[in-house]
Amino acid sequence: MSLEDQRPTIEELEDKARVLRRHIIEMTTEAGSGHPTSSLSATEVVTAIYFGGFLNYNAAEPDWTERDRFIMSKGHAVPALYAAMAEAGYFPVEDLATLRKLGSPLEGHPNVRRLAGIEASTGSLGQGLSIGLGQALGCRIDGLDSRVFVVMGDGEMGEGQVWEAIATAHKYQVGNLTAIVDQNGYQQTGATSDVLDLTPFAPKIESFGWHVQTINGNDMSEVVSALETAVDITDRPTAIVAETQKGFGILPVLEEAGDMNFHGQALPAEVAEKALAHLG
Amino acid sequence: MAIGDKSGLSPGGATRDAFGKALETLGERFPEVVVVDGDVGNSTRTEAFATAFPDRAFNVGIAEANMVSVAGGLASCGKTPVVASFAAFLLCNAYDQIRMSVTFPAQNVKLVGSHSGISIGEDGPSQMGIEDVALACSLPGMTVIVPCDEISTGKATEEMLQREGPVYLRLGRPAVPRIYEDDSEFVIGRANQLRDGDDLTIIANGLMVAVALDAAAELSDQGISARVLDMHTVKPIDEPAVAAAARETQAIVVAEEHSANGGLGSAVAIAVSRTTPVPIAYVNTGDCYAESGDPDGLLEKYGLTSGRIVEAARSVKAN
Repeated sequence: MSLEDQRPTIEELEDKARVLRRHIIEMTTEAGSGHPTSSLSATEVVTAIYFGGFLNYNAAEPDWTERDRFIMSKGHAVPALYAAMAEAGYFPVEDLATLRKLGSPLEGHPNVRRLAGIEASTGSLGQGLSIGLGQALGCRIDGLDSRVFVVMGDGEMGEGQVWEAIATAHKYQVGNLTAIVDQNGYQQTGATSDVLDLTPFAPKIESFGWHVQTINGNDMSEVVSALETAVDITDRPTAIVAETQKGFGILPVLEEAGDMNFHGQALPAEVAEKALAHLG
Repeated sequence: MAIGDKSGLSPGGATRDAFGKALETLGERFPEVVVVDGDVGNSTRTEAFATAFPDRAFNVGIAEANMVSVAGGLASCGKTPVVASFAAFLLCNAYDQIRMSVTFPAQNVKLVGSHSGISIGEDGPSQMGIEDVALACSLPGMTVIVPCDEISTGKATEEMLQREGPVYLRLGRPAVPRIYEDDSEFVIGRANQLRDGDDLTIIANGLMVAVALDAAAELSDQGISARVLDMHTVKPIDEPAVAAAARETQAIVVAEEHSANGGLGSAVAIAVSRTTPVPIAYVNTGDCYAESGDPDGLLEKYGLTSGRIVEAARSVKAN
């Protein structure tokens, strides 16, 4: 049975996304730090890739040679990835409560040396796409049809290295690489449009010879449909510009708390409680 | 008088040429080796490998950051990427990529920096890697090798490919004297004693090994007996060899084609102070950038001569 045949319904994936969101809020509030809102914007994308039948993996054998690879290039959004990995069986869900604590492999940013199933150590922005490109080329040399998914932030697109990788992926016609830009519109000090506006991303990336789709990245059916299109393209690299909202899923709670960005901080316990209640 | 004349060394080729030749030769034996080039393959000499194994060579253009991270990705798929560029561009331009995509995840990437030091000559300071050894040594888990001649470079290339984990191999542009024979031993992390002596030890690497042997010949004429160690591996440094030199000769001169801070001098100073504190003198390019000019003139002007080693030796003995 192919991965595609096992694809859950959109409703099932939405339910899974809700579970991931609860984990994200609980683990970061427990840790007392982290980037919950940056994780929440990417939750549909991460959920669809891990549970929508797009990523070929084996949690019991994380280094399985023929696996697909997922890289969280915006490493600060790793709570979304940890939540997915826990749900996928890489480690017990209870371990999420150890996020950022001394001795825990669930570090503040992903570390390949600490946690099996992490494909790239990230946290210095701009390198994940290049690493993913190297992995896509490595799989190609070995005749594997493994696909590499890389999730980047829109603020991260300010790193010149991202565009070096985009150009090089085109040069080598890397057909097994899919980049997702989580365009949540905010970065550390404010709106991405104010800090360094690189939008619109689609025509820029397209001009490098990539196949690009722009979608509502918090709409599960759009995410699934875009991923379906992307994985069918094997003659060139593909990008999905996922227009999202930072903190999606708990926006009214953030509004009430008076900070729609909430960058780089855990929700205080009382806000987290409201957020969890809002998620249901 | 050319480098190596005083000590009777025969002329040899450039270490970058020896590396390029060795890499091409070893390509068959090491099928996992791939080359990632930043469009300087004809300078770093990876070109021969790329011609012989076109499917295993990637020229990613003038984009060192991407070059290094792509290599990290290839390594995570079980490849052994050899990334070659000018020492200055590789270490300085892509330092964070080496940190995040290579050493932090402990990927098996081999970094090769050619055109190190001031002996590249006329192209000038922007092209001169004089900080690269310090930068490479600062990265946890990095092995740092600075070979001195063609033969040891060929062996270093082979050992580098056999060794698991990140390695930085530093190469030079000009032809350098031949120090070793084909059957000489080269082991990463083990210094080679090229000359024995009782009065002091000159510890050198790269181009400065031949200069050190010249200095030892001069010192011998002056009645001073100098031991010479080729410390081709800066990290991990051969601490037992340094300690023995300190204990047995009671004075050390360190000679390297690198800035004053963070290179071989610093590594030797740490090893000496940890084991057998003795006076140390340093011969290096100091705390400055050099300039354009002919290589011999630059080495003279910036103090990388046997005369300067002799002066340093006499001063350190007088302490």
